[in-house]
Amino acid sequence: MPTKLSPIPLLVLRRLGIGLLTLLIVSAVIFWAVELLPGDIATEVLGQSASPETIAAFKEQFGLTDPPMTRYLAWLGNAVQGDFGLSLANRRPIADLISDRAFNTFFLAGYAAAIAVPLSVGLGLLAALYRGGLLDRWISGTTLTVISFPEFFVAYILILLFSVQLGWFPSLANVTPDMTLADRLHTAFLPALTMVLIVAAHMMRMTRAAIVNLLALPYIEMAELKGMKAWRVIAIHALPNAVAPIVTVIALNLAYLIVGVVLVEVVFVYPGLGQLLVDSVAKRDMPVVQAACLIFAATYILLNLVADLIGIASNPRLLHPR
Amino acid sequence: MALSLSAMRSAPFSAKLGMSLILLYAVLAIFAPLIAPYAEQEVVGPTYQPWVAPYYLGTDALGRDVLSRLIYGARNTVGIALMATGLAFLIGSTLGLVAATMGGWVDTALSRLVDVLMAIPSLIFALLILTITGTSVVALILVIAVLDSTRVFRLSRAVAQGILTLDYIEVARMRGEGLGWIVRREILPNAAAPLIAEFGLRFCFVFLFIAALSFLGLGLQPPTADWGSMVRESARLISFANFSSWQTATFGLAPLLPAAAIAILTVSVNLVVDWVLHLSSGLKD
Amino acid sequence: MEKLLEIRDLRIEGRGSNGWNEIVKGVSLDLHRGEVLGLIGESGAGKSTLGLTAMGHVRPGCRISSGSIRFDGQELVGASTEELRKLRGRRIAYVAQSSAASFNPAWRIIAQHCEAPIRHGVMSRSEAEAEAVRLYSEMRLPDPDQIGFRFPHQISGGQLQRAMTAMAMACKPDLIIFDEPTTALDVTTQIEVLAAIRDIVRNHGSAAIYITHDLAVVAQMADRIKVLLKGEEVEDAPAREMLAHPKEAYTKSLWAVREFQASPRGPLPEGPPLLEITGVDASYGTHKVLDRVTIAAHRGRTVAVVGESGSGKSTTARVAMGLLPPTAGLVKFDGQMLPAKNRDRPRSMLKRMQMIHQSADTALNPRHTIREVLGRPLEFYLGLRGRAKEDRIRELLTEIELDPDLFINRLPSELSGGQKQRVCIARALAAEPDLIICDEVTSALDQIVAEGILRLLDRLQRERGLGYLFITHDLATVRAIADHVVVMQNGRVVEQGSKDEIFAPPHAAYTELLLSSVPEMDPDWLDNLLAARQA
Repeated sequence: MPTKLSPIPLLVLRRLGIGLLTLLIVSAVIFWAVELLPGDIATEVLGQSASPETIAAFKEQFGLTDPPMTRYLAWLGNAVQGDFGLSLANRRPIADLISDRAFNTFFLAGYAAAIAVPLSVGLGLLAALYRGGLLDRWISGTTLTVISFPEFFVAYILILLFSVQLGWFPSLANVTPDMTLADRLHTAFLPALTMVLIVAAHMMRMTRAAIVNLLALPYIEMAELKGMKAWRVIAIHALPNAVAPIVTVIALNLAYLIVGVVLVEVVFVYPGLGQLLVDSVAKRDMPVVQAACLIFAATYILLNLVADLIGIASNPRLLHPR
Repeated sequence: MALSLSAMRSAPFSAKLGMSLILLYAVLAIFAPLIAPYAEQEVVGPTYQPWVAPYYLGTDALGRDVLSRLIYGARNTVGIALMATGLAFLIGSTLGLVAATMGGWVDTALSRLVDVLMAIPSLIFALLILTITGTSVVALILVIAVLDSTRVFRLSRAVAQGILTLDYIEVARMRGEGLGWIVRREILPNAAAPLIAEFGLRFCFVFLFIAALSFLGLGLQPPTADWGSMVRESARLISFANFSSWQTATFGLAPLLPAAAIAILTVSVNLVVDWVLHLSSGLKD
Repeated sequence: MEKLLEIRDLRIEGRGSNGWNEIVKGVSLDLHRGEVLGLIGESGAGKSTLGLTAMGHVRPGCRISSGSIRFDGQELVGASTEELRKLRGRRIAYVAQSSAASFNPAWRIIAQHCEAPIRHGVMSRSEAEAEAVRLYSEMRLPDPDQIGFRFPHQISGGQLQRAMTAMAMACKPDLIIFDEPTTALDVTTQIEVLAAIRDIVRNHGSAAIYITHDLAVVAQMADRIKVLLKGEEVEDAPAREMLAHPKEAYTKSLWAVREFQASPRGPLPEGPPLLEITGVDASYGTHKVLDRVTIAAHRGRTVAVVGESGSGKSTTARVAMGLLPPTAGLVKFDGQMLPAKNRDRPRSMLKRMQMIHQSADTALNPRHTIREVLGRPLEFYLGLRGRAKEDRIRELLTEIELDPDLFINRLPSELSGGQKQRVCIARALAAEPDLIICDEVTSALDQIVAEGILRLLDRLQRERGLGYLFITHDLATVRAIADHVVVMQNGRVVEQGSKDEIFAPPHAAYTELLLSSVPEMDPDWLDNLLAARQA
């Protein structure tokens, strides 16, 4: 039998290309959406009564005199190097505003993910193994409920319980750059737990579903008829074939964390990017909104890209072509 | 039809509970002016009253009756969510079914467009657009409908593609049937069950989404009664919850009331959706 | 001989839409060491369900309601999961119908082979691997040293089926259950697999239960045959005895279905052929699937296109119907050029050529009643409405031997497989066509039902002078109905001619291989064939 070259490098390159292209289009959408703003940023910020001189000076400072295409390219070029321009509200470089906050946000999302991913995949596997049993029904019931709760409801219940009643954790997660890691983990525990509860339920259900979907397949029955133990059927025969759907679900939920983080940051007054985004939207501080949107969107696209790549790499038909 | 009366009668307890609660919300929303003891924006008494008659759930920071505002909130929040979901479905499922059936460049173009829209997290995208358009109810509904229609598009396209591989579609094509017949008469009846279930899930999502925007102060604007903004307005009180007396306890629980109203509705819808999905999957084999 | 398996009055129930119904209704069975028992029956006979219970396994949604299963003295009904687990794979093994679906796509074949011996503690990994290679060579797999290190999707269906049989032998089981192991294979592949299975079972002295719906196959494999019908035993006798002298009426009817013959023909009508496919090439993407195919079909005649999977016979039908435009060549209908694409053909032209699909299950929209299914072409092609349409629907139903009052309001889910296929025939008839393309219309049906369909098609042809382009892989069907036979292989026409020309020697080499590979009822057929091919 002739062995063909593995199609994987080509597929990976293709997927990377699509990811980059998407990112480019998304950056254009973010930039041009603001361009379409009815009226003029300068008048918007300075008010109708501003003198032509003030407006001209403002436009000069924020580089609004060039044609939009030139500004887009300049904006994108600078953004790639970490320079997002000046904030309209306080005229400070956005990069300075963002750097600490972006770190805080990714710290929180990572914190939540580190707990949620192993927990939910593990419980999802257990639920699949003992499907129909008490544990399965309990997990299914709880997750269905938690999935339906708004983030802030979960957050306030946790505050009521662990902060107000028990006093174990602070209700305001006001982390500062000079905190030790342990302090940080303690302070950010409630927001992280909120996000864990929100995403873990969905991940657990989907992990279970991905495995249970496979259990009706003939090769699973074959493994049972070869006298394999139940855990082995799940772990060795079902799990490797469920990698792609499970990873997709994990990526989807990590991406959801990035969004959920906005609400949770507001509830816990956590000094992150989401909090900044919401404030800037309220103040209509466009450059900051654009910068924050770009960072969130890029992370989101990157996560989906990674999930797809893992999906490609876990497919035996692609790994070992005929 | 999967949701016949006899099927409803034999539904499990959880689904029946869900249906009854949805019915209760519907009644509250439709007959809000008749049921609510006070008007939506009426200042009726002192601020922060405890849960005693005639203010059964107390009053808020402006002295408005919380119970009345909760009832009117059903109208505003649920109404807008329904409109946005309905619009999203109209756009998403029509385009999805047509794209799948026509294939070719129409399908490719629409799918790429949806890919791009979905590459931006919807909350972030909504925040971006709302910054530009400002917060108004119409903008809110349109933005959410368009963003959400991408997911409906994906699902209905996938469902239609599954159906399109079946021989009866080929039979219709060989007969010479046009696009309209194939979409409406051959595909739609078979795609109804998953689409109905998806409608429930999408509604929950949109509803939570609007609540979240309102909570962030970017959704429905005061003084309209809306559960999301009610949570926001009373959020700080939670720190003062103290179960030593009835008055202090109810005071601190104020933000939980609208939040619970949201949660109970989404749980109910999910319970029903779960049952519908189970029913339609059970009918398959 | 020592009794290995003893099933007594076994009843199995399955959960249906209206509670539990019995699938196996009190069947008893004895199997001795080294004996091969053939279980035959049509779909719904309960043969697979019964076969699996010999391992103490019932599929989800089924349960054993009463009876006993004793394997080597051990009772399996009510045995603990752990007790059953220790038997499975070690002392009782299973070979499934679809090897492609029954091998785990994520692991190499040999790893799956060695799993049972290692996990049951029978052998070490190196012993198991050496043994696997020995079994692969015994199963006559090519390159036995290396083939195990491939993934399931990397080897062909026939090889995979042999690898699965080898896997079943891994622990030298006392009993192997073969569940239709060659049903999914082409006839020419089937021979090699049958021969390999039979030899390995004989050499190792294992007992086996061989489940199939194909009498000719079971005749080659079994020492004893048990016939099942709707969960009940009809007859049980030594193979040669039953083949020579079937006792029960049902068994005799199974034997008899192969004798149907289409009605005699008048002279060939004048004029050009109805459908004329000339020098057609077609491809899916860059993959060429048809290579200069030329076929003609006449009024009142049946052209059978026969070939194995991948021969291009169904693609030819798709080209004729305008679903796949050809890359070269002509398609003419009644002397006129047909546009390549279906949507460029006028309605009056579409009406004259109809097609019936293999699977009536998917060819009928599950949400349309029979009235809608038959009414639509009447409305679409003939412009019938109201009363006239209703009357015509009823006439059509009568014509396909279904009672209009009973069936007109039913949904497809309320019909049996044969009834669904009849409705599909009626739908094609509704257009009042000149030619019907039948794509494997009987392959998904049981033999007796399939024969009913063939008789119906034959009657309609006689009454209406219909032309048929009949696509099939089954040579018995070709023998029964064809006037003209086209043999296809790898997208080419290998040979064509009248039925008598094709079935009488000399044949083209491929036709010879195809014809000789069709199993016959003679229990010595396989031995004779193998001997002849060796020579």
